[in-house]
Formats: sequence, C-alpha cells, structure tokens
Amino acid sequence: MYSASDLRKNLRIMLDDDPYIVVDFQFVKPGKGQSLYRCKLRNMLTGSQMDRTFREVDTFQPAETEEKNMQYLYKEGGSYHFMDNESFEQIALTEEQVGDAKNFLIENMECKVLLFRDRPIDITLPNFVDVVVTEAPPWIKGDTVSGNYKPVLVETGYKVSVPPFIEQGQKIRIDTRTGEYLTRVKE
Amino acid sequence: MSAACKLGARRRALETRADILHAVRAFFLSRGYLEVETPNRIPAPLPESHIDAIPSGSWWLHPSPELCMKRMLGAGYDRIFQIAKCWRERERGPLHLPEFTLLEWYCAGSDYRDLMEECEDLLLYVSVALGAGDGISCRGLPIDLSKPWERITVREAFERYGSVALEQALAEDRFEEFLALEIEPHLGISKPVLLYDYPLAFGSLARTKPGDPRTAERFEIYIGGLELANGFSELTDAGEQRRRFEKENETRTRRGCPPYPMPENFLAALSRMPDSAGIALGVDRLVMLFAGASSIDEVVAFTPEEI
Repeated sequence: MYSASDLRKNLRIMLDDDPYIVVDFQFVKPGKGQSLYRCKLRNMLTGSQMDRTFREVDTFQPAETEEKNMQYLYKEGGSYHFMDNESFEQIALTEEQVGDAKNFLIENMECKVLLFRDRPIDITLPNFVDVVVTEAPPWIKGDTVSGNYKPVLVETGYKVSVPPFIEQGQKIRIDTRTGEYLTRVKE
Repeated sequence: MSAACKLGARRRALETRADILHAVRAFFLSRGYLEVETPNRIPAPLPESHIDAIPSGSWWLHPSPELCMKRMLGAGYDRIFQIAKCWRERERGPLHLPEFTLLEWYCAGSDYRDLMEECEDLLLYVSVALGAGDGISCRGLPIDLSKPWERITVREAFERYGSVALEQALAEDRFEEFLALEIEPHLGISKPVLLYDYPLAFGSLARTKPGDPRTAERFEIYIGGLELANGFSELTDAGEQRRRFEKENETRTRRGCPPYPMPENFLAALSRMPDSAGIALGVDRLVMLFAGASSIDEVVAFTPEEI
C-alpha cells in the first residue's frame, strides 16, 4: 500500500477501481497545516486525465498490473497484434495504447506488454532497435561538417535525424526512449 | 545543465540573499534588537500536529527556534531576533526544502497588530536597501510594498475567494485545502496581504482573541500568492498551552506519527513570559521574491538532491 507521501511522477495507483498513472505532482503545505499532494492523473484504461488533491492520510493500492514478454506480429487497420511468448495467445492493442512505440515496432520484435486484469494498457520496447533506412537524401561528398544532420525515413515510417553519411538501405540503431539516432549498424 | 553550470547561474540570487541578510540585520539592530543564536539540535521539538522534526541521534534538529527563543523571552530578553537553519521532515516542493532558513523575532510588550506594522517596515527597509524602492515585480506584475498593506481576516478571505464558507471548510476538515488551492493564489497580487484571525485550532501557540474564544491572534503575510511569514500574539497561559499540546499530540498519533514529549522546561518558562508577539519569516522565500525566482531551488547554493 502507498501513502500520499509516496506519490511521485509515474507512480501507478488504483483509484475508484481503475488504474491511474501520476503524470504531474506538486507538494503543497500551507502555514502550519497538513500537507497536500496535488496530482494530475491519467486513467490507464481510458486515457482521460483528471486533477486530484490528496491528503497525508490518504492511502492507495498499487495498480494491479502485470508485465508479460510478447512478440510483435503485425499491424492490421488500427490494431497492433502481439503474441504471448508463454501461452502463444494473441492480443491486439490500439494505436493509442501503443503510443510512440509504434515508431519502432518491427515484426517479430520482443517487447513487454503491461496488462491490467488481462487488458493490455501499455508497452515497453527494448532500449535500442536496429532499423533499415528506406528513404534518404543523397550524401553530398565532402560535406563532413559535424552537426550537419539530415532527415531520413526508416522502415517503420519514422523520421529521424542522422549524420550526412547515412544512405538508403543501411541499418541504423535508434534509442527508443529518446527517439534519437545512435549509430550506424555494420552487417 | 551540469551541476557547476546550475551553481554558476544562481550567483545573482545568492548575492541577493547576502544583501537581504545584511539588510535584515541592520534593520533589527537599528531597532534595538539583540541577535541571538540558540541550539539547532534539541532534545525534543514542540508538539505540533503537522510539523515533523528530523531525528539527529536520540535528539532532533529543530523545526524552528521558537522553543529556545521563548525561554529567553521568559528570562527577560525582551527584543531578540535570530536567523536560523531549520529542518522539517518530508517537506519538499517548489516552495519547500527540508533544510531552510527562518528569520524569527520576538518583542515583549507588543501584540500581533504591532508585529504586522513591523513587518511592513522590515520589508520596505529591505526593499530600499536592495535598491528596489517601495515596489517589486512578481511574475511581471508590480507589487506595491508601501504602507499600509491590505488586512483581511481569514473569514473575509473565505467569503471573498472560497467556494465554501469557513465553517463548512472546518467541519469537513478541509481548511488547508481551500486555503491553499482557492484562496492563497489571490493574496498579495498588487499589494502584500496580512491574513489574520485564524480559527483557534490553527494557532496552537497563539493567544486567544479577547472576546472571541474561537479565534487565535495569528496572521500570515502573503506577497504575490506566496506565504512568507507566520506571526502571532504569544500564548502565555501555561495551562492552556499544555492542553493544546496534548491535543496536537493526539492529532500526531492519529496521523501515525510519534507524539513529542511534553516540553516541561518550556511550559515553566511560559508562565514567566511577558505579553509578547513573535513571528517566523521564510528567508528563502523572501529571497525568491526579490530575486524573481519561481522555485526555492533557485535561491540556495545546493538543494538536497544536488549535494
């Protein structure tokens, strides 16, 4: 069980029988009075946000979430299909639930899916993914000035800034937490 | 930003802090106050419902110098001030540091109304010493520090800015919530506000207002929505103070926090204490005002996270 003084950004708690994540948090204490904890919370099922102020005496259950290793299979319409590595059961996530991770999902990729009472609510990717550059403006030879980055398109449809020597068909590594180019991958 | 960069960027605020400390000392010395130093580490803090001290061995770091300074008052030191480092457990936010600086002063023979005037004089003195004249700017808006400041009772503030009446807020045990979230943001926007006459339960060390047994002679200064200082006419009735401490300890127990031992030496000194008024002012927040800072982090050399 959590108490209000445990509240912090990204904590997942149960409220009114729904799982919420704390997206913003502020400590308030007037005069010699009791401490207040102002929170902005997002319902992890519906995505809707709300403001709530908690008092020191308030307590919370942690959100009963469970993380499972899954393999990304394919996208169909607005649905992203995954397979449970243990039970081989398949589930689908909406584009909203997948969020920014959609920029880095490659078929057969291993990832972690967060479930609440067997309903998928979030997804965590490996920190680094290797993707093929599908579209890149040509390299103007001789242009080696550092800081001179150019935008390219990768196989997932994601646009990223890379150094000028990266060419179409090459593989690059991206940090999924920041969405930034890291290095060229030599086959 | 690197740690060294952050520290470097605070130079102006830290210079303002030093200037303010010089001005504060000059103000009190010019009025015949004695600067005192009392121990920071004490056997036990005063029992207050919502102030938690930080343990230091089997003793505690003081959450304010109130206990020792009132004992000095009782021994005849009639005008004293102190600039003290203080510690409070679990207080951390844009306006709170677990280690912070309080300016606390006491004056025998005066009450909370005299103290309100002295606060006006102090802030003006500091402002002039810093070259700001009688006005400062807070988030781009000018605040006029000239006398007299606006005086409103807590009841009036609830009527003016609150969504419920004071009685209802008290009945629902949501006084602080309405005060902090609905009322405070409106206080001291163009002129400082002296918010006064608190419900008795919120002034456990303050004198009861003569003729009004439900009200404590306590006030707070607000400037630009920022709570700056908390003062009162001191309670000098040792029996009444003991009962209030017992009540505060009951609240502590309900909160799951340890009750503090009854401060017998303090209570003994209280009966010898003359009628007086005392106040604690947050020095870090005062620096925030004059440095135009929006977070307390910007006015100290190191936050606990940066050491």
